[in-house]
Amino acid sequence: MPSLDDYKGQNPAWCPGCGNFSILKTFKDAMVELGIEPHQFTIVSGIGQAGKFPHYLKCNTFNGLHGRTLPVATAIRLANHEMFVIAVAGDGDCYGEGGNHLMHSMRRNINVKLFVHDNQIYGLTKGQASPTSMATDKGGPVTKNQPFGVLSEQLNPMALAVALDCSFVARGFAGDTEHLKELIKRAINHKGFTLVDILQPCVTFNKINTYEWYRQRVYRIEAEYNPEDRIEAFKKALEWGDRIPIGIIYKNNRPIFEERIPVIKDIPLVKQPFDASKLENTLKEFY
Amino acid sequence: MDYSIKIGGEAGQGIQTIGDTLARVFSRAGYHIFTHQDYESRIRGGHNFFHIRFSDKPIMASREKIDILVALDKESIGQHENELSEYGQIIYDSATLKQKHEKSYFLDVPFVNLAVEHGGNKIMANTVATGAVLGMLGMELDILLEIIKDTFKKKGEDIIKANVNAAMAGHDYAVKECIKCSFDIRGGLVGETLSPPRGKMLIAGNDAIGLGAIASGCKFYSAYPMTPSTGIMLYVASKAKEYGIVIEQAEDEIAAINMALGASFAGVRAMTGSSGGGFALMVEGLSLAAMTETPIVIALAQRPGPATGLPTRTEQAELQFALYTSHGEFPRVIFAPGTPEQAFYLTNKAFDIAEKYQIPVFILTDQYLADSQWTFDGFDLSRIKYTDYRLKGDSFKNLAEYKRHSFTDNGVSPLGVPGDAKHLVVTDSDEHDEEGHIVEDAETRIKMVNKRLFKKLPLIRKEIEPPSIYGHSNPEIVIVGWGSTYGVMKEAVDELSANWDIAMLHFSEIYPFPPTNKFNYLNVLKSAKMTICAENNATGQFARLMRAETGYTFNRLINRFDGRPFTLESLIGEIDALIR
Repeated sequence: MPSLDDYKGQNPAWCPGCGNFSILKTFKDAMVELGIEPHQFTIVSGIGQAGKFPHYLKCNTFNGLHGRTLPVATAIRLANHEMFVIAVAGDGDCYGEGGNHLMHSMRRNINVKLFVHDNQIYGLTKGQASPTSMATDKGGPVTKNQPFGVLSEQLNPMALAVALDCSFVARGFAGDTEHLKELIKRAINHKGFTLVDILQPCVTFNKINTYEWYRQRVYRIEAEYNPEDRIEAFKKALEWGDRIPIGIIYKNNRPIFEERIPVIKDIPLVKQPFDASKLENTLKEFY
Repeated sequence: MDYSIKIGGEAGQGIQTIGDTLARVFSRAGYHIFTHQDYESRIRGGHNFFHIRFSDKPIMASREKIDILVALDKESIGQHENELSEYGQIIYDSATLKQKHEKSYFLDVPFVNLAVEHGGNKIMANTVATGAVLGMLGMELDILLEIIKDTFKKKGEDIIKANVNAAMAGHDYAVKECIKCSFDIRGGLVGETLSPPRGKMLIAGNDAIGLGAIASGCKFYSAYPMTPSTGIMLYVASKAKEYGIVIEQAEDEIAAINMALGASFAGVRAMTGSSGGGFALMVEGLSLAAMTETPIVIALAQRPGPATGLPTRTEQAELQFALYTSHGEFPRVIFAPGTPEQAFYLTNKAFDIAEKYQIPVFILTDQYLADSQWTFDGFDLSRIKYTDYRLKGDSFKNLAEYKRHSFTDNGVSPLGVPGDAKHLVVTDSDEHDEEGHIVEDAETRIKMVNKRLFKKLPLIRKEIEPPSIYGHSNPEIVIVGWGSTYGVMKEAVDELSANWDIAMLHFSEIYPFPPTNKFNYLNVLKSAKMTICAENNATGQFARLMRAETGYTFNRLINRFDGRPFTLESLIGEIDALIR
């Protein structure tokens, strides 16, 4: 069984107090409890503060391009479905630059675990609005890059995911690590594409959505809530403002993409040897 | 003998079915074939044609003169009547076209009536037409009937019988009515009955690339459909089940290349393909391949740009794009096959080199090569190289230490398969250290650039074959080209060599630019009186590359950029005008 020491990576270059620290710690705790060893999983990350995440622990890593975590993660699963594949992205990375891939990953239902570090602001480029920034007339910021305020509506990733029948839709909060750890474990154990949006205060650039702001609003979804009721889930997904639900908003048991591709049904692609013996017959088809 | 048949009509009328079937009949009979297609970017209507040239001698280009025009619409007659050869004939169905032609070279064959009468359904009009063409040529129907049986095997005996009857009706009608038909198709094949395996292999460029990928152990192909590259994906998809290949139609080209890289990182050979506009979206992914040293093969099938350009037509205007696109500096390899045969072997070489050096490798093709069918005696599988360069299984497990991007003498670090050992495989689009973790220090940066670029480049350059020379051994005139113009240039040299000491220099391995140590092609150019570079583009992109790489400037350029390929007559005419 792995221990916490097995996951010790490089020293993070995040700002002191960044919400990412508690996500990192919680993620490691969850992996130890799940008993998944570093070589058994791959993290695909993008660009942004969240993109550095896999360097700060130990695992197979593909730190790719901004917005492109999901296509890479999808193909790693297709090539080797015995590997746990986790995608880590920020709100700009995943909901902005890579929005198209998010939509189609949900459609495919590839068994990739997506964790979005959602701080509602662009951190690495120093404080521009993100797709999840609240519109200024609804309490959101005015930034140097949005001098007239944030005019676009805030993207609601939870409602988007429920609308696309995403297999597992959840929200966590970096300030409630006990809850977050269970959420991460549930997501990794779920069979299907999972979106876990993690509210993560940016202590440097987001002066509105602070720890305090979240703590006043966030509540754990009630035990009696049924996440398999899609209509109820949509209502839950729309909650934002005075009360922000955290927990599993929606889940279903759609079959995963990998299992529906006949050629990898039994053996992972990477373990299938190349058989050149059929080529002679294939050539004959051109006569 | 050397005959050309053109089937013209609207999209959706079955031009391709007639053309493909006739080409297959001729190749099985042992003839040499060259086909090419000219179609508009639409699914129904417009004007399209399928051109088949067949001969008892090797051929590799289209001629402008037509011996049989199968006119499925009025426009085919309007556009192509003037292309008829001296003994050329036009067959058409006056009832369908609602016009009657009295000139002696018109043969009115009631395709639809014969189909209804003998096949029971007007849908078999194309089978009637196919049979009629063979009747005009004086060919027997045995091969066509075999093909009909194969094609309709799943549809049952009744359908086969109906089509056989329709083919026979067309054939008999033409034999009886075409009193002016004077084709002699025996040529060098007199007295022989040619049937498989005596027949020839008939294959188009796109299929050859797909076949080359499969023969190289490609296990993953992701792409977004785009003419003229789609055929590669379609061929690979048709073999996905048999060969255990995962094929994924990505949501866009950005996803397509990132998926191919993900699969390659995970340990399987992967490929993507597109045309210029789609490849433009892949450019960031190309540099990701370079930075993460992830092997990838990219088929770039050119069509005329800029932007959407002429979607279904041909051009060679993406050479400079493939050469220089992407941010940052890194090694890449570009192959530009001249024939489907070269496409097959070069695709194999692309997979080998991509994995050996962990770099992106391009197959640069175009609509003309993609859709043209050629005949060959066969492909030699013993020439296919398959070396698995990845670090996997026990050899990975037994390593004491592993760093994905470790510094080595040749710049190539071991390409571990993640999950096969406890060692971690880490890579990054940021500059990274040997382990694959982000760094920013200058010293590591310099070492990494040395490793990725300067150490690998001389080794890659050694893999590149020089251009091929064809024609006179000490030529006064040298015609130079690259990629899909191979066939038409070669035939032009054959024709012109009656009067001139002429040779062709053809480049199919373009970048890194071929060194001269194996064959000093620069000497050939420098000792010639006239050198001409012929390209299917407006500005002479290859000529520029030649000057940049070697300092050599061609005497003359021939550029065709109307979206159409060179025909034999057009190329000979242009060369002739320059050397006269």
